[in-house]
Amino acid sequence: MTVHTVGSRRVVRAACAAAQETGLHVGMALAQAQALVPNLHAVEAAPDEDEASLRELARWAIGYSPVVAPDRPDGLWIDIAGVAHLFGSEEELLADLTSRITRQGIAAKAAVADAPGAAWAVARYGAGGVVPTGRTVDAVATLSIRGLRIAADKLSALHRLGIERVGQLAAMPRAPLVRRFGRDVALRLDQALGHAFEPITPLIPKETPTASCAFAEPIARLEDLKSVLLRLAKDLCRQLERRSEGVRRLDLLFQRVDQKSACIRIGTARANRDAAHLAKLFDERLQTIDPGFGIEEIVLVASKVEPLTETQTQVRGLGDAEAEEADMGQLVDRLGARIGMRRVYRLAPVPSLVPERMVRRIPALAPPTGSVWPENLPRPTRLLNPPEPVVATALLPDHPPRFFVWRKVRHTVAKADGPERITPEWWNGDKGSAARDYYRVETEQGGRFWIFRDAPTADGGRWWMHGFFS
Amino acid sequence: MNPGQQDRLADLRLQIARFEGGSHKTKPLPFGLRALDEHLPGGLARGALHEMIEAGLASEFAGSTTLFTAGIAARLKGPVLWCLTRRDLFAPGLLRAGLHPDRVIYAEAEREREILPLIEEGLREKGLAAVVGEVTRMSLIASRRLQLAAEATGVTALVIRRWWTLAEKDLVQLPTAAVTRWRIAPAPSELMPAPGLGRERWQVELLRCRGVEPRTWILEACDAKGRLALPADLADRSDQAADRRAAAS
Repeated sequence: MTVHTVGSRRVVRAACAAAQETGLHVGMALAQAQALVPNLHAVEAAPDEDEASLRELARWAIGYSPVVAPDRPDGLWIDIAGVAHLFGSEEELLADLTSRITRQGIAAKAAVADAPGAAWAVARYGAGGVVPTGRTVDAVATLSIRGLRIAADKLSALHRLGIERVGQLAAMPRAPLVRRFGRDVALRLDQALGHAFEPITPLIPKETPTASCAFAEPIARLEDLKSVLLRLAKDLCRQLERRSEGVRRLDLLFQRVDQKSACIRIGTARANRDAAHLAKLFDERLQTIDPGFGIEEIVLVASKVEPLTETQTQVRGLGDAEAEEADMGQLVDRLGARIGMRRVYRLAPVPSLVPERMVRRIPALAPPTGSVWPENLPRPTRLLNPPEPVVATALLPDHPPRFFVWRKVRHTVAKADGPERITPEWWNGDKGSAARDYYRVETEQGGRFWIFRDAPTADGGRWWMHGFFS
Repeated sequence: MNPGQQDRLADLRLQIARFEGGSHKTKPLPFGLRALDEHLPGGLARGALHEMIEAGLASEFAGSTTLFTAGIAARLKGPVLWCLTRRDLFAPGLLRAGLHPDRVIYAEAEREREILPLIEEGLREKGLAAVVGEVTRMSLIASRRLQLAAEATGVTALVIRRWWTLAEKDLVQLPTAAVTRWRIAPAPSELMPAPGLGRERWQVELLRCRGVEPRTWILEACDAKGRLALPADLADRSDQAADRRAAAS
């Protein structure tokens, strides 16, 4: 809990969740608070430090989106338009963001909505989470009017009129509302409902290399955007060359004539400062930008950089192994810009014999692991995940099946090999799952399948289809 | 024909070769089997689009086609890009054809229609050995694009045609601009003297190849270096088998 001085009174400025449970609330006099909680630990508020740490948090949040702005005293704006797919979905992004902030020991609530004002209200006075597109009004209407960011005196005046909920305020006739409470109440209401646009001025840390270009006449054509982008990229790469750094993440911000903004973010698999290559990564996504009435300003921000030492320019065609390596980096960047960096990967062996656990994903440009799976194990090329039950008949217990029915088709087994027993790995957390006996079977037509029995026949083992050799 | 005319002819041939693009500069990849390499001009053309279709019992899973394709990719030198949408590929199985996991970069698209641009993106990268794509729909125009991209860089494109419904199965039969089209079906393997399984056998059909007649072989599946083999007991009569099948159909 922190306190600060208002006039001659010492007033609670912020209280943690535990303190709020005991009945303390912000704005309470310190003496009253101490009367409520005997051993109250109160710290003098340090607004400057708070603001500095909020800025620090905002800089950290740039990892999620290029457009981040601190919302004093205790909030952050993050514009996730166009970046949510990099995390899978908006829900996944939100879950990732809150869990990482919580792990740093900061209590946080977050919400995603169409309008900044709506997200503000839902995060603070609603349930948080993602407000679906077009449902902003429904989500905000039931919230308290404190979620509207209006001054305290106007708030109490509204309370006196019996207006508690945003929906009530929205239902009031507009002209008397403006006359009585001023223009800003109406504006805040519109912003919360998503009717009025609210710009977020992105925080760009000072030392970040940026290149920007403002136009006297707004531009809108794709070819123009591309040529400007290339120029900016060249400018940025010159700056980076002086600092011997390379880009890992690049943000392109557009400022439209109507004050709306748009942004594109791309990532690279390794530090890079090849202007043409970087500009090309934006190609695919540039088409999705709606220029509206025209674009006034374009800013290119290298939001994440890494040291990159000068390398000799490679000449193509010399058959240099190093050159091939570099090419892979550019290819991975281009693929990543299309489908997201997480979807470009390599598979590395895991020392385990349970089929579902034999592979793990590693970054596409990770150094070669050099390790392989044991080569003497026959493994199918395609795996069914999860395995599908089959009805099988074996002539003798613990023999390979003679017939089996899979997906309503009856197969006659001509030859078989097995069993290969794969036991559960308790050190990997397998509990209770029985050992599997795998058989490779070949049907009369020559199709080869990988099927297993999850327990000995005597114990009522069932048969499952797990993979296909052919 | 006088020497002047011969020079002129050689010059024209050179010009035609230049028009036809880079695919003639690199030698084709031999299968290491005389039957195949003599039938195809030297082997599988590099810098070209090849299509693989599975025919068999669980053909929607394309088990043998995957191994056949992995075997070709393994015998090429350099990294391989594998574009897929479904997560049913089992990497340890690819090792059976000698495709080392360190060589393969996977690009997983969410939707089927994202696959073709990914393959094309890969084909524009000279450093790759091959791009493998798992595709259901590939129009004539799309395949032409891929073929041109492959010709320009010399990267081999191997497309596994996959399907899950009967309508999609019919789609696979439509013509494309691929240089070769293969159909792989499992065949009964050799009977072993003791219980157990011998090397897999495939019925490998060359359905389409420019300037070459379609033909069928019974072959033994890829070994740990991606090489196919001619079955010992069928080595002298595979032609007759193919003829019989042709007569029956």
